[in-house]
Amino acid sequence: MSASRLLTPVVKRKKLADVEWNVIEDFCKGCSFCIEFCPVDALEESDRLNAKGVHPPKLKSEDACIGCGLCETLCPDFAIYLEKKEGKGDKE
Amino acid sequence: MTVIQEFEKHPLAKYLRAERFPHIWCEGCGDGIILHCFVKALDDLAVDIDKFVVVSGIGCIGRAAGYVKCDSFHTTHGRPIALATGIKLANPKLTVAVLSGDGDLFAIGGNHFIHAARRNVDLTVICSNNFNYGMTGGQSGPTTPLDSYTTTTPYGNIEHPFNLVHLAAAAGSVYVARWTVLHVRRLAESIKKALRKKGFKFIEVISPCPEIYGRRNKLGKAIDIMKLYRQISEIRHGYDPAKAEITREKIVVGEFIDIEKPTYGELLQKQFIKIQQKLSEG
Ligand SMILES: Cc1ncc(C[n+]2csc(CCOP(=O)(O)OP(=O)(O)O)c2C)c(N)n1
Ligand code: SF4
Ligand code: SF4
Ligand code: SF4
Ligand SMILES: [Mg+2]
Repeated sequence: MSASRLLTPVVKRKKLADVEWNVIEDFCKGCSFCIEFCPVDALEESDRLNAKGVHPPKLKSEDACIGCGLCETLCPDFAIYLEKKEGKGDKE
Repeated sequence: MTVIQEFEKHPLAKYLRAERFPHIWCEGCGDGIILHCFVKALDDLAVDIDKFVVVSGIGCIGRAAGYVKCDSFHTTHGRPIALATGIKLANPKLTVAVLSGDGDLFAIGGNHFIHAARRNVDLTVICSNNFNYGMTGGQSGPTTPLDSYTTTTPYGNIEHPFNLVHLAAAAGSVYVARWTVLHVRRLAESIKKALRKKGFKFIEVISPCPEIYGRRNKLGKAIDIMKLYRQISEIRHGYDPAKAEITREKIVVGEFIDIEKPTYGELLQKQFIKIQQKLSEG
């Protein structure tokens, strides 16, 4: 019955996973899906122009990403990937 | 570090032919998301890639066969199901998936689709439905909605479209689902479920073609089409596929059919044994 609410904003900014957020800048075609649908609004356009002439996304701040992984799967161009911060954990 | 070396750090790159990336699909094309969900499903299931085959026909989505790092065939237009049927029957140990377009599977390939579904051939068929022939410049096809604009319907389409999930269910599919490319998690789960299940499984994925269909129908940029999906999608599991409509106001998505029945391969094997026994009895 209810309309799909799969992308309901997460109210609590609780970290789901401790990850490093990466973008392969030259793969980005600038569709802005990642920026628009991030549940905690962690991303914005960067100032950099890539090889395709678009501004790839960047994190608004170092700890903005909660590691939900949505942007990674939603990126049509495989430009985003998350890496688990394994091993580095203790020092950080 | 080259871009390709960087891409190899992507957790799904092991399932892809990295040297062919970035892919050719347009900005915001849904086909990239379908491929992503597909390889994510392979990764989650830890699929034995040496026993896995992908077949696609001709069309923008057909390029997917060239991007996956497993045995794959980019076959002639309309024939991926016929080829996939042959692969599966010749070597039943293989898991075979077909990734193709609405034109490929339901116009030129329509008969292959209904008969493979009727026979319950053990295949997973995923259709990127972008409501037109993207690759050849945006002609109308069997899923183009009434009144839509395409290069061959410049005054609006006067043909009633197929409802693919209804067609698949009526033809005998044991698993039928529809998602949009916005539903990435549910789509990946659906693909996993289909790959684990025996028989003819069908997943329709509503996918934006912003460059051609979107432009002609003034749907805005890819992001606007995605926002529209968010606004008008309704999840209705178990809903009657005949009533699962796609209109400008509503896209019914969900898992509609999930049943069991013997596959063509199993029945063929039984028949084979029966005939051998008869012959040996004289
Ligand atoms: C036998 C044959 N007829 C026609 C064509 C031309 N052709 C190539 S792709 C295509 C349709 C593609 O539409 P669809 O399957 O929906 O894929 P899309 O490009 O939209 O992803 C057609 C008609 C062809 N290649 N071969
Ligand atoms: S993984 Fe992506 S979508 Fe999720 S919180 Fe981080 S930046 Fe946002
Ligand atoms: S989703 Fe991917 S291609 Fe689109 S803007 Fe984000 S990084 Fe770029
Ligand atoms: S023409 Fe349409 S379907 Fe083909 S790659 Fe471009 S956006 Fe995608
Ligand atoms: Mg198409």
